[in-house]
Amino acid sequence: MLTKRIIPCLDVTGGRVVKGASFVNLRDAGDPVELAAFYDREGADELVFLDITASSDGRDTIIDVVEHVSEQVFIPLTVGGGVRTVEDVRKLLNAGADKVSMNTAAVLNPDAFAAATAAFGNQCLVIAIDARRIAPDSPAADPSLLADGHPGKGALAVGPGSRWEVYIHGGRTPTGIDAVRWAEYTAELGAGEVLLTSMDADGHQDGYDLELTRAVADAVPIPVIASGGAGCIEHLAQAVTDGHADAALAASIFHYGQHVIADVKRSLAAQGIPTREVH
Amino acid sequence: MGPIAIIDYGAGNLRSVQKAFERLGYPARFVSSPGELDSASAVVFPGQGASPQAVAALNAHGMADPIRDWIADGRPFFGVCLGLQLLLDHSEEGDTPALGIVPGHVRRFEPGLKVPHMGWNSVALRQPHPLFDGVPESSYFYFVHSYYAAPDDPSWTAGETTYGVNFTSFIARDNVVATQFHPEKSGAPGLMLYDNFVKRLVREQA
Repeated sequence: MLTKRIIPCLDVTGGRVVKGASFVNLRDAGDPVELAAFYDREGADELVFLDITASSDGRDTIIDVVEHVSEQVFIPLTVGGGVRTVEDVRKLLNAGADKVSMNTAAVLNPDAFAAATAAFGNQCLVIAIDARRIAPDSPAADPSLLADGHPGKGALAVGPGSRWEVYIHGGRTPTGIDAVRWAEYTAELGAGEVLLTSMDADGHQDGYDLELTRAVADAVPIPVIASGGAGCIEHLAQAVTDGHADAALAASIFHYGQHVIADVKRSLAAQGIPTREVH
Repeated sequence: MGPIAIIDYGAGNLRSVQKAFERLGYPARFVSSPGELDSASAVVFPGQGASPQAVAALNAHGMADPIRDWIADGRPFFGVCLGLQLLLDHSEEGDTPALGIVPGHVRRFEPGLKVPHMGWNSVALRQPHPLFDGVPESSYFYFVHSYYAAPDDPSWTAGETTYGVNFTSFIARDNVVATQFHPEKSGAPGLMLYDNFVKRLVREQA
């Protein structure tokens, strides 16, 4: 049986993990290699590294991080944050990433995303989507940042039935694109997986947006990773049971204490959901 | 022992395959032309990209016949992921003729399943195989693929995995082994397979 995946997310800037697991008995909780090895031992099924470096100057440090982690940790690594071009993707894959996620650049330039999937294969490209609920009384979406002829100004645009809108630039900029349709469209462009973050739920630790997760997971023919809102073990289980996600990603919950990943897997197993035991 | 030759035609990242062997203490180097095989003790063929481009690249580098000869000479060979699929006669992916070492076809998973088959799944061995020595039966391995091998002769199938269908996830006969999953991404059990490959198939032959 294919198992559901539990994925810690590590924010990296300047070659260091921030918001790291300060509880752990690590010599250096900001060291990406040490933290990755710790999560591997804890039973993480994959790792996601998100480069949150604000300026373009420090971007190459993520390459070093990926190189060092991939020398030591033999589970899949996904890397995202600021990836714009086919060349950016190539550098990260050559450094040892298994998958690379694109977000803002895929919206502004879907051709670049499609070119990357064609160059490296669907399995290497993750479409990262930041989605926010559309309030019933909200003004009409503004797709002005999209080029003329962009599908977001046509078939993918937020319409009367839309419930979630795609945001870019770290969640600051609305796009006028319907999130579920965007997921379907990028799967057609060749995405191998969706990393779906609820902007509403993110940071609140009240649980994932299960309606959003289910809407996207049921719509696309590719795996979906739920992200944003995990505050307890039960939330991760809900993402795969009620949310129909193939994997659940979280950050802060894994920093609270040891054996959290094993506890999540026990909870899933108790509900008959297959997970990977770690020996 | 000569180095492990990792077939690389420049279409993607094979670093983790090399790192896995190096971590186990075995020298491994990338090989992109037939002459470089001379000093090698084993060939690892991970494959990269999609089948049509992979076969075209193998032919462009003049590597298809040397791989066939290597296997026919009884020398140790390990195919990984696409490197398993390309052992068959033909792939539905781009209607591609492949190496033709294992009679049969490579098929796409049927509609209704999430594709790629991505994540950790188990392998049911048909009978014990030295590659899995010491690997717990309940181990999981990391898969990511949209097509699967369907050998005509079931004796090539040494292990199976269930995803919608039961498909061949482990091929073994004499000097040839191949896994649909990625040992180099499957944590400790995966590294044990590479270790067993060197200890049981490479060194014993040397």
